[in-house]
Amino acid sequence: MEGNIAQLGQFIGAGLGAIGSGLAAIGVGNVAANYLGGALRNPSAAASQTATLFIGLAFAEALGIFSFLVALLLMFAV
Amino acid sequence: MATDVHGEEAGGLVFHPLDQFEVKSLFSDGPVNFISITNSTLWMAIAVLCVVLLFVMGTRKRAIIPTRTQSIAELFYGFIYKMVEDVTGHDGVKYFPYIFTVFLFIFFANFLGLLPLSYTPTAQIAVTAVLGFGVFIAVTIIGFVKNGASFLGLFWMSDAPLVLRPVIAIIEVISYFVRPVSHSIRLAGNLTAGHAMIKVFAGFAAIAAVAPVSVVAIAAVYGLEVLVAGIQAYVFTILTCIYLKDALHPAH
Repeated sequence: MEGNIAQLGQFIGAGLGAIGSGLAAIGVGNVAANYLGGALRNPSAAASQTATLFIGLAFAEALGIFSFLVALLLMFAV
Repeated sequence: MATDVHGEEAGGLVFHPLDQFEVKSLFSDGPVNFISITNSTLWMAIAVLCVVLLFVMGTRKRAIIPTRTQSIAELFYGFIYKMVEDVTGHDGVKYFPYIFTVFLFIFFANFLGLLPLSYTPTAQIAVTAVLGFGVFIAVTIIGFVKNGASFLGLFWMSDAPLVLRPVIAIIEVISYFVRPVSHSIRLAGNLTAGHAMIKVFAGFAAIAAVAPVSVVAIAAVYGLEVLVAGIQAYVFTILTCIYLKDALHPAH
C-alpha cells in the first residue's frame, strides 16, 4: 500500500464526481419520459416539440458532463 | 507492448484512455507550435474536405430527379434551413450560411472521429471553445447592432414583479455569460466521454474472463456514439439558433 493522502482525496473526489453523472441520467430520463407522456396524450403536437425535447436533453446532459469533467480533471490533471 | 501485463494486475489500464486525445505534430518531433501540422489539423482538414466534396458533387448536376449525393446534400440543406427558419424567424435566415457551415463542420468532424485510429478534433475544448465563443461574440454584436441599447431588455424581465426584477437581471446576466462555456463544454465533453468509454472497455478486453462482455459493450457504446455524434452537432446548431433568436428579438 503506497500513495499519499492527496491521491486518496483525488480518487474519492473523482468518485463523487461520477455520482453527479449518474444524477444527470435521472434528469435526462425525466425529460424523455415527460415528453413521451405528453406526446402520447396529444400526438399531433408531438412533432413540433422535438426541438424543445433535444434542448432539454442537452441542458440536462450538460450538467452531467460538467461533473464528469470535474472527475477527469481530478484524476488526470491535478 | 507489455503482453504479460494484464489490466488488473498492473493496477490499472495497460494504456491510458485519454491517450487518444493527445495532439501530436505529424511531420516533426519537436513540441507543437503555432504552425506545426498536428493530427487535429489533419482531421479538421479532412472534415472540411468531406463537406466540400459532398456539396460540390451534390450540386454539380442539379438534376430534377436528384442523384444519391444530391439527395444527401438537399437533405442536410433542407433540414438546417427549416430549423433556422422555425427557431429564429424570417429575419434569421440571413445568418443561415454560417449556421449551416458550423453544423456541417461539427457533424463531419464528429463522424470522422468515429473511424478507428482517427482523431476527433471536436473532443478538444480548445476547438469547441473557438466555435462557442465565436457564436457568442457574433450574437452579442448582432444584438447590439440590430437593437441598440434595447438589447439589454433581454436581461430586464418587464413582466416580472418590480421587486424581483433586479435579482432576475443578475441571474440572467450570469446565465448569459455562462452560455459560451456550457455551449462548448457540452460538445467537447460528450465526445470525450464517449471515446474514453470505448477505450476503457477496450482495456477490459485484455482480461480473458470479461473479454466477450467487453467486446459486446464496445459495439453497444459505439452505436450510442454514432447517435451522440449526430445529436451533439444538432444540439450545438439549434442552441446557436436560439441565441441568435434572443439577439434578434430580445423583448420578453
